[in-house]
Amino acid sequence: MSATTPTSASAAAAPTTSAKTTAMSPLPLLRLPNDRWKPLEIIFWLLPVAAYFVFPDYLILISQIMIVGLFAISLDLILGYGGIVSLGHAAFFGLGAYTAGLLSAHGWGEPISGMLLGAIVAAAFGYIISFLVVRGNDLARLMVTLGIGLMLFEAANKAAFITGGVDGLSGMMVDKIFGVFEFDLNGKVAYIYSFVVLFILFAVLRRLVNSPFGLSLVGIREGGRRMPAIGVNVNQRLTVIFTISAAIAGVAGALLAQTTQFVGLDVLGFPRSAELLIILVLGGTGRLYGGLVGAAIFMLAQDYLSGLNPAYWQFWIGLLLIVIVLFARGGILGGLTLIWGNLRKSSAGKGERS
Amino acid sequence: MSTMQNTTLRTEGLSKQWGAFKANSDVSLTFVPGARHALIGPNGAGKTTFINLLTGGFAPSSGKVFFGDDDITSLPQHERVKRGMTRTFQINTLFAGLTVLESVVLAISERRGLQYVWHKTVAQQSDVIDEAMALLASLKLDGEANSITRSLAYGKQRLVEIALALATRPKVLLLDEPAAGIPSAESKELFEVIAQLPRDVTIVFIEHDMGLVFRFAERITVLVGGKVLTEGTPAEIAADKRVKEVYLGESEHE
Repeated sequence: MSATTPTSASAAAAPTTSAKTTAMSPLPLLRLPNDRWKPLEIIFWLLPVAAYFVFPDYLILISQIMIVGLFAISLDLILGYGGIVSLGHAAFFGLGAYTAGLLSAHGWGEPISGMLLGAIVAAAFGYIISFLVVRGNDLARLMVTLGIGLMLFEAANKAAFITGGVDGLSGMMVDKIFGVFEFDLNGKVAYIYSFVVLFILFAVLRRLVNSPFGLSLVGIREGGRRMPAIGVNVNQRLTVIFTISAAIAGVAGALLAQTTQFVGLDVLGFPRSAELLIILVLGGTGRLYGGLVGAAIFMLAQDYLSGLNPAYWQFWIGLLLIVIVLFARGGILGGLTLIWGNLRKSSAGKGERS
Repeated sequence: MSTMQNTTLRTEGLSKQWGAFKANSDVSLTFVPGARHALIGPNGAGKTTFINLLTGGFAPSSGKVFFGDDDITSLPQHERVKRGMTRTFQINTLFAGLTVLESVVLAISERRGLQYVWHKTVAQQSDVIDEAMALLASLKLDGEANSITRSLAYGKQRLVEIALALATRPKVLLLDEPAAGIPSAESKELFEVIAQLPRDVTIVFIEHDMGLVFRFAERITVLVGGKVLTEGTPAEIAADKRVKEVYLGESEHE
């Protein structure tokens, strides 16, 4: 075992200029998960920065897109990486929202700590629920998550003396961020707050999914039956990612509560869980960006189509969903990656022939 | 590297039945450290069931499994792997969408206890990558490091089966028809690879090709109908009339 092939982090992270490594080449370009920022990603993250200046009238809508995008990323962690389907993820979103909302309605208005507590409450609940979820098959998982979501919704409905019930939780007083930036009516501070939280968490999760831990999650998705034979306790691994996912969903919920200064029962509702699944599948699972792209397309389409005809906008979303699932497996991003790969292959093929 | 003591794998009266069907009954076997031990027998003899009982894939209906001095009968599969026993599968059970290198890196990372490292990327684990490439090179798979597992030729996938098992650094390696489904020329190559594995690794294998069995096994157990018919050296087994009868009955349609 002394004949080690020379490798280095830079070689490992290098792009795939030649897919085939020959035995001759002393430094094969090894394709392994890394998290170097690609130009397209940098452009992607500059878009919301540009939008802040270009579309001042849409700040509230774009803030909501970023929050739902973060929520969708939390689902992607368990669905796209761990392979766990869920129809009740709103439970964790709602817990985060109510935690942050109740804190600020009862005198704890500091937003960052409120958000962190929202994450902790959601994570603690997620950890407990995970034991019910990870051991089942897909159908059992769908039903357990659905059931938890329904129960939590009705519990919040019943506990109207705490949550405000169907009227929603009002009277929230959210402090200035760092004691300096006050949430304004135009939504400028809310926009920047949402963007910064989203970006920081995205950068952290991007590292996480490309780490050995992230690789083990993909391993469970790609070959769960093999995992025990390489020494992995699969259920334990899924419990960890489920808890992290719940925490991220809690942050998204807290962000929505703090930036809108209101929490309605709908944060726990089944439609929110179902929409989230649609958003993620539209955008593409297992690539983190899918949640963001899905949220943007879904909510922009909702905004535009419901302007045309408020009653029937879901018709078009339904049609889009069917087309995507049937013809672009891997969602919009999966489809684009495929097209891009084919274009490159065909142009490379022409180059070889000539 | 690994100590020779306490790695003896032993079963006591191991049985498994589903309803009235007895897949294994009262199987008591001992696999000494460094053994090259073949399990043979006609189809349906319960060989794969026995492997599953050893690894923890199935819980036995009765009987016990000992690894060294420890009773591991109730240990889950991943715990047995951590103690140094793993297996390969008769039907490829791989990480279809991962590259060959990613798959092996995954298995090595688990063995090294890096499973909860989340703040560094896989590409930064140069020790693990070096070990993975060395392992792939030893199996002549290094040229396929970047290939997606599902796109590999079947024979190469059989080698990945072995690579994943070796990445756990087993003391006992259970090979369930390692050459299943590949042409006989390639299966000889595959067994040459197996023959070159470290001498202190105990190897238990199921194989139908008697040429390969008698070439590579130093000890053979014959299972028939879920029971041990006999056990012995290749010479003893070759001379055993009962074994001949079992195989003559089959040879007409082989």
